Amino acid sequence: MSLGRVLGITLLAWPAAARAGEINLQTPVTALARVEYDLHTTLLAITGAIFLLVLAVMLYAILRHRKSLGHQAAHFHENTAVEIIWTLLPLLILLAMAWPATRAVLAQKSTRGEDLTIKVTGYQWKWRYDYVDDNIGFMSHLATPREAISGTAAKPANYLLEVDEPLVVPTGRKVRLLLTANDVIHSWWVPQLGVKQDAIPGFLRDAWFTIDKPGLYRGQCSELCGKDHGFMPIVVDARSPADYALWLAARKKAAAAAADDPARVWTLAELKSRGERVYSQNCVACHQATGKGIPGAFPALDGSPVATGDKAAHIAIVLNGSKRNTAMPAWGKQLSDTDIAAVITYERNAWGNHTGQVVQPAEIKAARGAGQGA
Amino acid sequence: MAMTDIAQAGHGHHGKPQGLARWLFATNHKDIGSLYLWFSFCMFLSGGVLALCIRAELFRPGLQFFQPELFNQFTTLHGLIMVFGAIMPAFTGMANWMLPLMIGAPDMAFARMNNWSFWLLPPAAALLMLSFIVPGGAAAAGWTLYAPLSTQMGMGMDMTIFAIHIMGLSSIMGSINIIVTILNLRAPGMSLMKMPMFAWASLITAFLIIAVMPVLAGVVTMVLTDRHFGTHFFNAAGGGDPILYQHIFWFFGHPEVYIMALPAFGIVSQVIPAFARKPLFGYASMVYATSSIGVLSFMVWAHHMFVTGMPAAAQLFFMYATMLIAVPTGVKVFNWIATMWEGSMSFETPMLFAVGFILLFTIGGLSGVTLSVAAVDVQLHGSYYVVAHFHYVLVAGALFSLFAAIYYWFPKMTGRLYSERLGKLHFWWSLLWFNVTFFPMHFLGLAGMPRRIPDYALQFTEFNQIASVGAFMFGLGQLIFLFNMLRSLRHGAPAPQLPWDGANTLEWRIPTPAPYHSFVEAPQLEVKENGVVVRLSGGRHEE
Ligand code: HEC
Ligand SMILES: [Cu+2]
Ligand SMILES: [Cu+2]
Repeated sequence: MSLGRVLGITLLAWPAAARAGEINLQTPVTALARVEYDLHTTLLAITGAIFLLVLAVMLYAILRHRKSLGHQAAHFHENTAVEIIWTLLPLLILLAMAWPATRAVLAQKSTRGEDLTIKVTGYQWKWRYDYVDDNIGFMSHLATPREAISGTAAKPANYLLEVDEPLVVPTGRKVRLLLTANDVIHSWWVPQLGVKQDAIPGFLRDAWFTIDKPGLYRGQCSELCGKDHGFMPIVVDARSPADYALWLAARKKAAAAAADDPARVWTLAELKSRGERVYSQNCVACHQATGKGIPGAFPALDGSPVATGDKAAHIAIVLNGSKRNTAMPAWGKQLSDTDIAAVITYERNAWGNHTGQVVQPAEIKAARGAGQGA
Repeated sequence: MAMTDIAQAGHGHHGKPQGLARWLFATNHKDIGSLYLWFSFCMFLSGGVLALCIRAELFRPGLQFFQPELFNQFTTLHGLIMVFGAIMPAFTGMANWMLPLMIGAPDMAFARMNNWSFWLLPPAAALLMLSFIVPGGAAAAGWTLYAPLSTQMGMGMDMTIFAIHIMGLSSIMGSINIIVTILNLRAPGMSLMKMPMFAWASLITAFLIIAVMPVLAGVVTMVLTDRHFGTHFFNAAGGGDPILYQHIFWFFGHPEVYIMALPAFGIVSQVIPAFARKPLFGYASMVYATSSIGVLSFMVWAHHMFVTGMPAAAQLFFMYATMLIAVPTGVKVFNWIATMWEGSMSFETPMLFAVGFILLFTIGGLSGVTLSVAAVDVQLHGSYYVVAHFHYVLVAGALFSLFAAIYYWFPKMTGRLYSERLGKLHFWWSLLWFNVTFFPMHFLGLAGMPRRIPDYALQFTEFNQIASVGAFMFGLGQLIFLFNMLRSLRHGAPAPQLPWDGANTLEWRIPTPAPYHSFVEAPQLEVKENGVVVRLSGGRHEE
């Protein structure tokens, strides 16, 4: 491995690669990522040497054994000894590489003995993190404004790699991720942690990491998951155990305070403003901020018969999703009664929709009950 | 000439049909071969335009030209068109044209089926192209069409599935034809262990196609029934498994990689000896290496699935098996170099492309070894590194070998010489811009850029710009090729029977251009390894 290290360091120190993260694997911050990094460097050295050898022999032949130089062709066309050597030699090199490679795989797979478990759920197109032991959970959305993407606003430094709610974890603790997905396959990838694991709907997979030092580590979904696959980043915020404990306590308190009173009756204005937030976090990707949708793929809500007609039908499709087109998910599984009531109220009173109707959380609760009975 | 009189007296199948009917009802292997080649070139240009759309969007961060859903349709169709529309038909076309000439067969074994297997392709291509204009647009799940994403799309996905069915049918029939022709129609003296490597490669490829195309057809049919008929093969909520799709797909998909690589090996094994003026080194080991690659290719599929969360034992098995493939592949590269060693080489365009092939394919092969190491693949899977890797194998591999083949056999096919100057320009141009396009993608992948994204973080900007410039220049360079072909077809100097003094397989022993019916009766042959003709008698030709 030392050869690998040396090569890696030389490469990193190479002036042209001042921003070395741009031509090599990102700087590892976990043991797993370091193993992967070193293994890659070793492989690069070995394969690079083989390539140079092939290149050198070929170039020599190309330069010397030319008709234009009057070189006469030899007639040999086999040589058992040579052929055996160049079959066995690569085999031996591969065998030598197989040993560290095997150890690394086994290390990646030893996910148990964790200090902390977090359930990660991939959604089209955001992540959800649930702290299994502490009963808190939240969604994590892309924080880059749409204007920056379309080019009408300047692009921030962490363009497309910033989220509203990062995954906060303690350093020096073994974190076990349980990954799944809600709709299609996503893949949770943070290069500096050395973790990439598909999140598969209906199945649980696991992965682990122990981060050395506090910092923000960024990654992206790496399995094509539909339209906004390029827009569901991951940010891991690693904090010292003490800071993490502080964060956790604050978070729990906030969660308790934010819990909505299910019996509360809301006004139209209250629901609309909350609904607008819910809409922009969950619905814009498909139905668009203008409510006009994308013709052929996602229907317009502005002026749609569902959003302006019978309330029950509107509640039903948002709560249970569409059977006809599974791209419209069942939001009942993800959003609270209050959020659903708010977004429906918003949709019925935004753009050109002026029903003036209010949908209260209690109605959603009732609809859930009815849905269960049916 | 009595024979000509009889032909003119109405034994139509020996005359050359004229006009549109010649192509529509074509049964002559050369006509069908030409159809395949022109078709695949059109598909190459269409797939190329899609690639340029992708590269245009990726020139700068932010969304400039295309919305993400359209971008995803471009990446999907670019892959499907290049794989099923350009590369596979081009090899079948090459096999159609050259195999009968190289092994002394009168034609392909099933001439009418040959017609049918070609004419299935244009409707399939039309389905793919038209899917862009149906509601919801074309398939946008990537060429791999992973479920359950592929169960979400609009009717463009159904059209894609049907197109795959049709193209699969076409390539299965083409393969049956190749197998039967090689096994039954070789001229006396052309034994299996003497026949040209191109014939061997085509034979093994044909077996791979017959084995795996039904698997692909099956898995996309399962997607179709999940979409429309209430099955839940890939829907966990109904008891299905999304990962099942990937296992079945890659059981097709990995052999597919070799379906696109083995014929290239065959072509290079003909071209290198011809221009090194020296027999192919290690012919027998080439045959064994090709066969063992064929067999091994069925045992490595899950190396595409290292991050799906397979158990450690499975990770290790597929890792070892994949690393093992490097051995026979290495043997082939070493054999080619040993063929060049101590040769008397000249570097006409076919040789340039063949040498370029070896060099760049080696890079693709070595990055493949890196990817095969499961623990490292965790960082590279689904990143631009993979995009770089398979373009080294497919563009510098399959495509360069096809260019080598076209330039090599062009005089025999058309009776004219192409412009060597333009040919060389085409090579150096392609070599340069290919590397400018795809080499930086290794860096992008290592640094963490996922593939199939329409927009990217700012630190990836420079390499994406370089790649985009490279792609447009590379694309432009293919017009040199088109121009050279079109002009040489009409105005090229007449070609002698043997334009390459080192070429010594059977096709070079018949007049140029190859007579319409090259072997009306079987030639009597004495042949050395790799199809080198020592003695030839009989084998009458007819126009
Ligand atoms: C992943 C894309 C996607 C997202 C995100 C999404 N929808 Fe939808 N929605 C759809 C599709 C597709 C349909 C059409 C379903 C059908 O044809 O049955 C639809 C239909 C609807 C309809 C019925 C419209 C009509 O006129 O038929 C409503 C109402 C609706 N969605 C509300 C919402 C709300 C509220 C949210 C956010 C909480 C949301 N959608 C998020 C894709 C999406
Ligand atoms: Cu994704
Ligand atoms: Cu593979």
